[in-house]
Amino acid sequence: MRYAFYPGCSLDSTSVAYDLSVREVAKVLGTELVEVQDWNCCGATEYCAMERLPGYALIARNLALVDEDLSQLVAPCSACYLNLRKTDKVMADSPAFGAKIRESLAAGGLSYEPGRVRVRHLLDVLHDDVGEKEIRAAVKRPLTGLKVAPYYGCQIVRPFDDVDHPEYPTKLDDLMAWVGATVVDYPVKTHCCGGHMTQISEEQAFELIRRLLDGAARYNTDVLACLCPMCQVNLDAYQRRVNRRFQMKFDLPVLFFTQLVGLAFGLEHSGLGIGTELVPAKPVLAARLEREGAKGEARA
Amino acid sequence: MGTVPSRFVFRDAVIAETPGGSRLVDCIQCGTCGGSCPNGSDMDHTPRALFAMINAGMRDDVLSSNTPWMCVSCYMCTSRCPQEVPITDLMYTLKNMSVRNGRPGSREAPALARTFARLVERYGRSYEFGLASRYYLGSKPGSLFRMGPLGMSLFRRGRLSLRPQRIRNIGQLRRILSKARELGGAA
Repeated sequence: MRYAFYPGCSLDSTSVAYDLSVREVAKVLGTELVEVQDWNCCGATEYCAMERLPGYALIARNLALVDEDLSQLVAPCSACYLNLRKTDKVMADSPAFGAKIRESLAAGGLSYEPGRVRVRHLLDVLHDDVGEKEIRAAVKRPLTGLKVAPYYGCQIVRPFDDVDHPEYPTKLDDLMAWVGATVVDYPVKTHCCGGHMTQISEEQAFELIRRLLDGAARYNTDVLACLCPMCQVNLDAYQRRVNRRFQMKFDLPVLFFTQLVGLAFGLEHSGLGIGTELVPAKPVLAARLEREGAKGEARA
Repeated sequence: MGTVPSRFVFRDAVIAETPGGSRLVDCIQCGTCGGSCPNGSDMDHTPRALFAMINAGMRDDVLSSNTPWMCVSCYMCTSRCPQEVPITDLMYTLKNMSVRNGRPGSREAPALARTFARLVERYGRSYEFGLASRYYLGSKPGSLFRMGPLGMSLFRRGRLSLRPQRIRNIGQLRRILSKARELGGAA
């Protein structure tokens, strides 16, 4: 399958590991991701906070730039996914807003008709389009024995609840099971990571992060799997400071789900960006998987 | 149909700026929103209370509440609202209005949004290092020494670029944004 691909700004910076692993995994699966030429920032939750209409126009430029021969646009970041999809829906549902967005695009010589592009999150594409059979078939080194807590966060499942259940989604659970991991039934899997609150009020953000880490630790989680750059940064980069604030000893590596899928496909750590996380994943991966890998090879 | 009572002028302005905003009048004050909110305990008013205030025409109190700025767009309230009120979108409207009104109920959150928006207008992409340095210097200088080590850790792992990424056709983006700004406001 061929899809238009909107990487989003984080994949160029804080989430290089996501960028690397998405592209590697897509290559193995034969899923062609065609990057939108000259795409711009989706505005995250910031641009629309200042001014809504320019915020939608900013996002709509990306929809307008999707190749004419491609009908689906894939975003790996939940915030980008939501913004792109929401703009398409606003244009369809609110004709007055839609007309203004179109007029704004026209000022840049662009046009977009709502519904032309179907916006998808990467997880949904891997789960629904590629599917269980092909993913299982690509597994070379199953993640047997690795306890993974699937963390969805917010914007992939809300407000659009047709991709998965808004509070108890299971697609990432499925995917992790297909690649052989032991899936933790993670009770807070759609609770908020605090988003940009780490920049605004640490008091609030750190408590939300603490709850997520605590929920995972209580189930003896080895690795948290996430699907959004913001969630990954909050849970990974702030973990040491959360520990200090609450006098806890969380030591939970937070990887992108594509890094785990890539590992199961037998890809190398470096090609998947493993080692760029601040809470190192290598020790637990070595402890759980390398023995398994050795056993597998011995059998072969 | 008579004339709109003056206390509804503000409510109607909020509705007009919000796609799907007319559902606001269907709020039954059940409080599911506040109970579902991860930041509810730090809000001046729960969303439920804020909506009652909007209905009562308490414009200035609403626009100086920190509530919209404590909303992180997790959409839990929107998803659970039995009346399908687009609560998160209403919060965006109130953020917009409070910025225009000049007295938003938070100092940091609008500063972060403004800095972010300006960098996007300049480069077409978000620019983490520029955002963090400008925002912390301008709004939270006391936090710089705590953020420094975190920035260094990310930088050492290749996760923080010191230079911005730029789009090629920034002129086109700016023309689109300025047109949108000109058309602005209510639908």
